[in-house]
Amino acid sequence: MIIEDIMEILGAKFIVGEEWKNKEVHTACGSDMMSDVLAFMKDQSVLLTGLCNPQVIRTAEMMDIVCVVFVRGKLPDESMIEMAKEKEIAILTTGHRMFSACGLLYEKGLRGGPTYRE
Amino acid sequence: MSDTITISYEVPANDFTRAGEASSSIKSKLKKMGVDPQIVRKVAIAMYEGEINMVIHATGGKIDVTISPEEIEMILVDHGPGIEDIDLAMQAGYSTAPDNIRTLGFGAGMGLPNMKKYTDELRIESKLGVGTTVIMKVKME
Ligand SMILES: Nc1ncnc2c1ncn2[C@@H]1O[C@H](COP(=O)(O)OP(=O)(O)OP(=O)(O)O)[C@@H](O)[C@H]1O
Ligand SMILES: [Mg+2]
Repeated sequence: MIIEDIMEILGAKFIVGEEWKNKEVHTACGSDMMSDVLAFMKDQSVLLTGLCNPQVIRTAEMMDIVCVVFVRGKLPDESMIEMAKEKEIAILTTGHRMFSACGLLYEKGLRGGPTYRE
Repeated sequence: MSDTITISYEVPANDFTRAGEASSSIKSKLKKMGVDPQIVRKVAIAMYEGEINMVIHATGGKIDVTISPEEIEMILVDHGPGIEDIDLAMQAGYSTAPDNIRTLGFGAGMGLPNMKKYTDELRIESKLGVGTTVIMKVKME
C-alpha cells in the first residue's frame, strides 16, 4: 500500500509530507519503546506509536522509516515537525488507539516483520 | 574513497532532546559518500543506541568515528557510572533505566543487543565509577 492508503484506512490526518503520499509502504511496526523499533530493520516501513517526542523522529530517521503514525490523537511539536520535513519522513495522526490502528492496517494486508530472534 | 578519515563528536550530558545528533550527522555523511544504504543504516542504528545510552545512563561523552575503505569503526567513551556486569547488560530485556526514562521510550533493554546485532564487532570495556568505552565495527562488505 502507499502512505495515502494508510491515511484513508486510519481516518488519519497529514501533519507532514502530504507530497510524499504516493510512497510505497511494505511493512509496519507498532511500539512505544524505541529500541524495540530499532530491532526491526525492513525497507519502506511505517511506525505506529503513542510516544510523542523528538526521539521518535530520530528513530525513524535511523531506520529509513517512510512514515510515522501517531495514535490516540497525539500531535508532534514544532521541532519534531521540522526534523521530519528535513529528513523527508511523513507524519500522520489518528484518533485510533494502537491496537485498533494496527488491526485496521493488518486487515488490509499490511504485515509486520518476522518473529524476533536474538 | 581511498583515505581514512576520523570524525569526532561531543555528546552533551542531560540533553535528551539533542541525543542522536551525532548519529544523524554520521548518517548523512556516509550517505553523501555513497556508502551502501544497508551499511549506513546498520552504523546509524548501532551508533544511535550507543549515543542514547551515553545520555541516559552516563553523562554524555565523546564519539570518534573512523571511516576507511574496509570498515567503519565507532569508539564511544563516557565517564559515567560504568557497567557492573557486562554479560548481564548484554541480555535482551535487561535494563536499569528508571521509570522516567521508560516514559521517554527507552529502557526496553534492547540497545546493547541491537548494537551487537547490527555490527560485525562489539567490544565493551567498563569500570565502575570510571566509565565505559564501547568499540563497534561495521565492515564495508
Ligand atoms: N554507557 C553506559 N554507562 C553505564 N551503564 C550503561 C551504559 N550503557 C548501558 N548501560 C547499562 O546496560 C543496561 C542495558 O543497556 P541497553 O542499551 O541494552 O538497554 P537500556 O538502555 O536500558 O534500554 P533500551 O536500550 O532498550 O532503551 C542499561 O540499562 C544500563 O544499566
Ligand atoms: Mg539503551
